Amino acid sequence: MSATDEPTPSLGEAPGAVAASGQELAEETVAPAPVEVLPDATLQEYLAAWWKRVRGGESGALPVVLGLVAIIIVFQILKSRFLSAANLVNLLQESAVFIVLGMAEIFVLLLGEIDLSLGFSGAVGAAVMTILAYPPINFGWAEAILCGLAVGTAIGFAQGQIITRLRLPPFVVTLAGLLFWEGFLIWVINNQSPSNGGSIRILNPTLGKLVFGNLGVPVGWILLAVGVGLYALTTLSGAARRRASGLVAPPLSLSLLKLGAVAACGVALVAICSVNRSPFAAATLQGVPWIVPIVLVLVIAWTFLLGRTRFGRYIYAIGGNREAARRAGINVEWIRVLAYTLAGFTAAAAIIILDSYTGGASSDINGGEYVLYGVGAAVIGGTSLLGGRGKMVHAVLGGLVIAAIYNGMGLLSLNADIQYMITALVLLAAVTVDALSRRGSAG
Amino acid sequence: MTPDSPSPDESPVGEGARSASAGRAPSLPGTEPSREPAPGQLLSLRGVAKHFGPVLALDDINLDVPAGQVTALLGDNGAGKSTLIKIIAGIHEGDGGTIYWDGQPVHIRSPHDATALGIATVYQDLALCDNLDIVANMFLGEELGRFGILNEAPMESRARETLKSLSVTTVRSIRQPVGSLSGGQRQGVAVARAVMADARLVIMDEPTAALGVTQTAVVLDLMRRLASSGVAVVMISHNLNDVYAVADHIAILYLGKLVGRGTPQELDRQTAIELMRIGTADALNGAGPAAAAAG
Repeated sequence: MSATDEPTPSLGEAPGAVAASGQELAEETVAPAPVEVLPDATLQEYLAAWWKRVRGGESGALPVVLGLVAIIIVFQILKSRFLSAANLVNLLQESAVFIVLGMAEIFVLLLGEIDLSLGFSGAVGAAVMTILAYPPINFGWAEAILCGLAVGTAIGFAQGQIITRLRLPPFVVTLAGLLFWEGFLIWVINNQSPSNGGSIRILNPTLGKLVFGNLGVPVGWILLAVGVGLYALTTLSGAARRRASGLVAPPLSLSLLKLGAVAACGVALVAICSVNRSPFAAATLQGVPWIVPIVLVLVIAWTFLLGRTRFGRYIYAIGGNREAARRAGINVEWIRVLAYTLAGFTAAAAIIILDSYTGGASSDINGGEYVLYGVGAAVIGGTSLLGGRGKMVHAVLGGLVIAAIYNGMGLLSLNADIQYMITALVLLAAVTVDALSRRGSAG
Repeated sequence: MTPDSPSPDESPVGEGARSASAGRAPSLPGTEPSREPAPGQLLSLRGVAKHFGPVLALDDINLDVPAGQVTALLGDNGAGKSTLIKIIAGIHEGDGGTIYWDGQPVHIRSPHDATALGIATVYQDLALCDNLDIVANMFLGEELGRFGILNEAPMESRARETLKSLSVTTVRSIRQPVGSLSGGQRQGVAVARAVMADARLVIMDEPTAALGVTQTAVVLDLMRRLASSGVAVVMISHNLNDVYAVADHIAILYLGKLVGRGTPQELDRQTAIELMRIGTADALNGAGPAAAAAG
């Protein structure tokens, strides 16, 4: 069907039921036409609708997934060790800090704002954790982590208050935060251990193993089974509930397809991690690294927060049209403060992971670069800098891309110079693909 | 209706929005003095005025808005149409006169007061979030769910029913982002949002200004349906074609004064244009219902 007198042609192209109604000439005046065009859509129709969205500019995560595959293929051709179990686990461990920082940044990016301070505010939180777990204080790992997270959260809250109360531009306030917390970090660490050359080691064994510790092989499989089971339960029961209330639900075949894909990825992940990756014949090194479930729990929690709660809905609303959100009665300033607070919390988690990875808190951590990698991870994954569009999973994909480049360049023994340039090109490519697909949809 | 009005400094009965909104009877005929609102009107303005510093933006406005009908406010740029609806919507507070709602005097001091009464405004810029889907936009700020967790299924059902009742049916899916809709469909969503909030008076600010011919017809049709469902509709426009196509009553503003009113039959287009342009019309001399305000 075609509606030639229609300003937005895509509306006339709705598949399935509307075309069947045959009343398309009357536009909105069609009286009893079905509201939903995909009432009991088949898998085929779903895929067609998805493809239409992709072509219409809502490409979502597709470009970055394709990009990641391309990067993996290139590195595998150049260096056959790239896809070895040991290196893939390395890659996962390296990606964690980019992924989590990207998630922190997404809270703020969704508002159409940016937080430049997250690298150093997170580093201050992580340094507090390290100091508290270090003699003479000797906190346990849980208390130390909680205190570190609390510091990052408090910094985010304070900066959010400054931004909203004084109505200052977030860029400038968080730039000041970047400088301030860098200074603060150096001061704290030098004060604590003047003789250690600006770093404090992590002595607590648990804190030292957040990234490198491994789950036992059976534990990995059990966790996978539980995770996939829960996923199946939530998707299938959610679809059933929608059908029960007379709403359109995705066809069972689509749910099963997704479930199968998730299960396959999970099995592949656990299987790879369960290979003995020790370079020494006498030792064994196997199992899923702790960092994988840690990051997954964060991703799932924040995805739920953004997608299923009022708070998350308001973040998107503010990013989409701040004035509309205000007129709808949303407390815009408070939601913004909460977003900065959650970003601070998540950034502290990211740098805690980094400190665990590097073995201690250091005063010469490049927080400015890390925060930009966080932004890069989010944007490469498909989150918009203009606000309103983005998902937590984008940080995962973008973080994996950045880590894959970093890792692959390392394998090829290329230096930082080349690494930076390649990362820059990938970032540029990511925004170009995004912009082009959007422009295509407008034209 | 009496041509004279209460003096501007007469203070309204201080019951406020709360008590008036509690009484939801469509009208309370016979309970008010004759110089107060005509019975059967949902909204009546008596002697409403507004100054911006020394500038008199609105002067002694008397207007009745009945339920179930479309009332059009016509006027050239700067005639005071926007100021008038902003007073009704609670964005500005009038500095004289009285607003009656269901025959009861009310104060509308904030947009929140207006919403509490059942007044919804569909702004020209529509105030929709392009990145959110139709359901999310319709429920924005009023989401269903407990403990901050959204309950999507009932929201989707209600949104679908409301859109159906307004016959906004050709949307591909009510889960598509509002940014992908046509101008007329966006109006439909904005109006549906107002309807779902149980609005009894929907103010539409230049609803067709940015629309093409097809979409304009869609929106005018939507306004008729809205009115026939018992809602009072006030539309602002300076497009005579649209006004004559849809309005039951026309009120014409000129430099802050109400210079003419009547049904489309009583007020022919030539008269309306003259009233809009110069504030008086020769044809008015013989026309009974179209009362010229005293200069």
